[in-house]
Amino acid sequence: MKYYDRLIFELSHPGRTGFSLPAGDSLPVPEIPAHLRRQGDTGLPEVSEVDVVRHYTNLSQMNFGVDTGFYPLGSCTMKYNPKINEEMANLPAFTGLHPLQPESTVKGAKTLIDGLDKALSEITGMKKFTFLPCAGAHGELTGLMLMREYHMARGDAARTKVIVPDSAHGTNPASAHVAGLDIIEVKSRPDGLVDVEDLKPLLGPEIAGIMMTNPNTLGLFEKEIGKIAALVHECGGLLYYDGANMNPMLGKVRPGDMGFDIMHINLHKTFSTPHGGGGPGSGPVGVSERVLPYLAIPVTSGFHGNFGVMVKAYAYILTLGRENLLMAGPLATLNANYIKESLKDLYKLPIPTVCKHEFVYDGLIDDGAREGVPGATTLDIAKRLLDYGYHAPTIYFPLLFHQALMIEPTETESKETLDAFIDVMRTIAEEAARDPEILRSAPHNAPIRRPDETEAARNPIVCWQPNA
Amino acid sequence: MSKVIDGLLYSESHEWVKVDGDVAIIGVSDYAQAEMGEITYVDLPGEGDEIEKGEDFGALESVKAASELYSPVSGTVEAVNEDLDGNPQLINEDPYSNWIIKVKMSDDSELGELMSAADYEKSIG
Amino acid sequence: MSSFAYFPHTGEDIRAMLERIGVSSLDDLYFDVPADFLHKGEYDLPSAMSEQEVRSYFEKLGAMNTTLKVFVGQGAYDHYVPSVIPYITSRSEFLTSYTPYQSEISQGTLRYIFEYQSMICRMTGMDISNASMYDGPTAAAEALRMCVACTRRRNKVVMSTKLLPNVQQVIRTYMKYPDMELVAADDVLAELGPDVAGVLVPSVGKHGGIQDLEGYADRIHACGALMAVYCDLSTLAVLRTPAEWGADIAVGDGQSLGIPLNFGGPYVGFMACKKDYMRKLPGRIVGQTVDGEGRRCFVLTLQAREQHIRREKATSNICSNESLMALWVTVYLSLMGPEGMRKVNELGSAGAHYLHDRLMSTGKFEDFMTGRNYLNEFCLKPLVDVEKLQKALLDGGYFAALQLEDGTVTFCVTEKHGKEEIDGLVKIVEGL
Repeated sequence: MKYYDRLIFELSHPGRTGFSLPAGDSLPVPEIPAHLRRQGDTGLPEVSEVDVVRHYTNLSQMNFGVDTGFYPLGSCTMKYNPKINEEMANLPAFTGLHPLQPESTVKGAKTLIDGLDKALSEITGMKKFTFLPCAGAHGELTGLMLMREYHMARGDAARTKVIVPDSAHGTNPASAHVAGLDIIEVKSRPDGLVDVEDLKPLLGPEIAGIMMTNPNTLGLFEKEIGKIAALVHECGGLLYYDGANMNPMLGKVRPGDMGFDIMHINLHKTFSTPHGGGGPGSGPVGVSERVLPYLAIPVTSGFHGNFGVMVKAYAYILTLGRENLLMAGPLATLNANYIKESLKDLYKLPIPTVCKHEFVYDGLIDDGAREGVPGATTLDIAKRLLDYGYHAPTIYFPLLFHQALMIEPTETESKETLDAFIDVMRTIAEEAARDPEILRSAPHNAPIRRPDETEAARNPIVCWQPNA
Repeated sequence: MSKVIDGLLYSESHEWVKVDGDVAIIGVSDYAQAEMGEITYVDLPGEGDEIEKGEDFGALESVKAASELYSPVSGTVEAVNEDLDGNPQLINEDPYSNWIIKVKMSDDSELGELMSAADYEKSIG
Repeated sequence: MSSFAYFPHTGEDIRAMLERIGVSSLDDLYFDVPADFLHKGEYDLPSAMSEQEVRSYFEKLGAMNTTLKVFVGQGAYDHYVPSVIPYITSRSEFLTSYTPYQSEISQGTLRYIFEYQSMICRMTGMDISNASMYDGPTAAAEALRMCVACTRRRNKVVMSTKLLPNVQQVIRTYMKYPDMELVAADDVLAELGPDVAGVLVPSVGKHGGIQDLEGYADRIHACGALMAVYCDLSTLAVLRTPAEWGADIAVGDGQSLGIPLNFGGPYVGFMACKKDYMRKLPGRIVGQTVDGEGRRCFVLTLQAREQHIRREKATSNICSNESLMALWVTVYLSLMGPEGMRKVNELGSAGAHYLHDRLMSTGKFEDFMTGRNYLNEFCLKPLVDVEKLQKALLDGGYFAALQLEDGTVTFCVTEKHGKEEIDGLVKIVEGL
């Protein structure tokens, strides 16, 4: 990766063009009345096609992706993105469909969505999915709206509080708030699990439900989920399953069987569709029998959701088939435990049990004998990993540990990849003891050094200005 | 060791109050600014806004954190420190001389619920 | 285990790894899952397909669809897609990358988002844009939420019934659950009052009419509310911009900038505002700064606003954006430039007016656009049986004359369809 310092605006030369349009058929162009017409220039760059291609190719070369190397990124499930999926999503017979075309002309697309719905329902144990949500948080919001519809339909509209464990993904409380729900936080026990006894006094006639992810963000299976489900249902509430951590459950456990009523699943995590630098994603929401009547009520996006992403996920499911889907979860779990066990002599493992898809270290072990360790923070370790050609793990989350390093390898990574990563993590631990400055000043080989984020936030420059 | 100034009153949410007649001058403690790290923005209320004890009247932001500011007293915002707009680092530099708002109190008995400097020092250990 | 292309584990690997972990089988890794919850047996799903089986299955599904000559817009526009765009956006460094939190190895994503934000600001006239939203309708709903966040003790919002039907529907959904009141009105200014936080109006109405928003900003601001304008990004190259109308927030969809129809998604919503409201703008934002060596670089900034830090205090729960689709738009606008954008609008407008006049001369419609200015989309009142009309068009390979709730039928023309195809459409109508 090399540093390249141009912006497309800076390549602009008046009179240059990069478009190719038909000349038109000499039809008269109607005049837009002056008071409705744009007054100022568009200020768009004027560049040739080759300028555009070279510029964006250069930009791409400052980026790291799954095809570049390994992402040990907790809760993000960065697995390999198969190429056949891309090819299928780009078939003109799909990309050329207008979303409002009559049913009779989109039978293939509808069959595909139905097939994906059936597959997801079978994998999760839910009854049916809506595909309107375009991302995980969007799925959470849609799911919580369904929770409210369920209560409103039963004349139980006073249920406006939702319980969220303190280990939850940050989107959970935000989604609950946007859905008009108040949040009650429940603390985790020292072993990282939700305490059923803590939960009991919170349950009552104001509780709409509980949001959980299982395994939780520490990678631990909430084994008392059966009891929790019974208690929440008994008090009249519903259980929401945050599907961000669904990957290790593939082939092993179905949220529907655990008693969950509503869930979202991230097609861009569990079902391998690429993250695209932050999106597009897709966060379909599935429901149990009791929520099924309300599934169509919240219309949370403009047409049918991110259809192009659905095509990719369905291609992935068909390629895996029932045999390989059974193996995906166990192999992901195998990979996580393998790394966890291989580094626990150097990195603090606050909860030393078998994990699922991910686990959390709380920084380096400071055994007193190894000088300099306290000087190397989780941030430093993360930045040093970039030098060795890896993406950083998720850091400083969950908030339960001060130096959290959250690692999730997926089933698409080989033993050799994991071994090489383990070696690098060991090297970094050694560097931290020997020469912590090399960590603090990392990265050294990336296209840029650490940026000044404080300056960016104090004096925001968020739009290009000539000569700025 | 965070600096605590005698003669000021403190809230559990780390605001300090200096009483000047029926006006409360409010800022955040040295402990609070140190916990936040480099402050990048101070979200200020408007002059004339009515605020209630215990409710948020603004927020401090750093790169990786945000913290609401909770009012230690009820009343009307009489002045806001405009210097902080564009110079949020003033709070890091000197949290006690760089006040955030001045409030005309509607009920000065609320002051009794705040901590003395000594008690506050104990609470932050 | 049998070999599978995406799982690199050999039997020997698995044995060695289990040994390091200290368990004897893969099943043992699930020792803590109560037996009741362990899934028994296989999924009721098809067996694994080879790549060529997958391809032929999807081609079969594709063949069940009918590709039509699209003469309908209503929020999804059939524009030409320059071949450069998919070439760039399918580069794996862009496609397979994560959200650019690790800025040192994400300068590619961060730079194009900065360019995207700058282009959105230029097209709308606003000061600051976020890094994109899911789609236009969700961006519209978020804009109204933002109006409530930007004002004090006001929780009523007003939307124009001239907005596209799907935009209105998503707004209704978003406003139903929180403590906010939504009013839908044809004359939004009549709804202004001291409790109104914001007003959303379209720049082009659902019937295609270009809206005259003169005086709106003054009236809305005088009552202490914010003005948001919903617009199609492509048309802003020639139409008066939200900023020129005096608006505070601009939202809409960017699909018309070179993104394929994709049966409705992925598209890209945009959202931009005036500087004063920067701290309330939801979603990711990229900012410029310098690195340790003083070089210009880019980072995600103002993150203290976002859901992962503010949790329930955040204005919005939005986390993922539509980053790759923002790249799609950025490359499109770079290729088109000011001249291309003017031309693409002229071609659509010329085609639409020609189609309008030809359809009127068939005698099968009553005009709906008299006294209205329009660009590339318009409505007519049908004087013939609509089902018959639609079926005849469909049989001829056209998707056109979609009926709106009020009975009018809508048409849209882009540069993709020349005079010959327009004449073909008219001929079918004449034959009715």
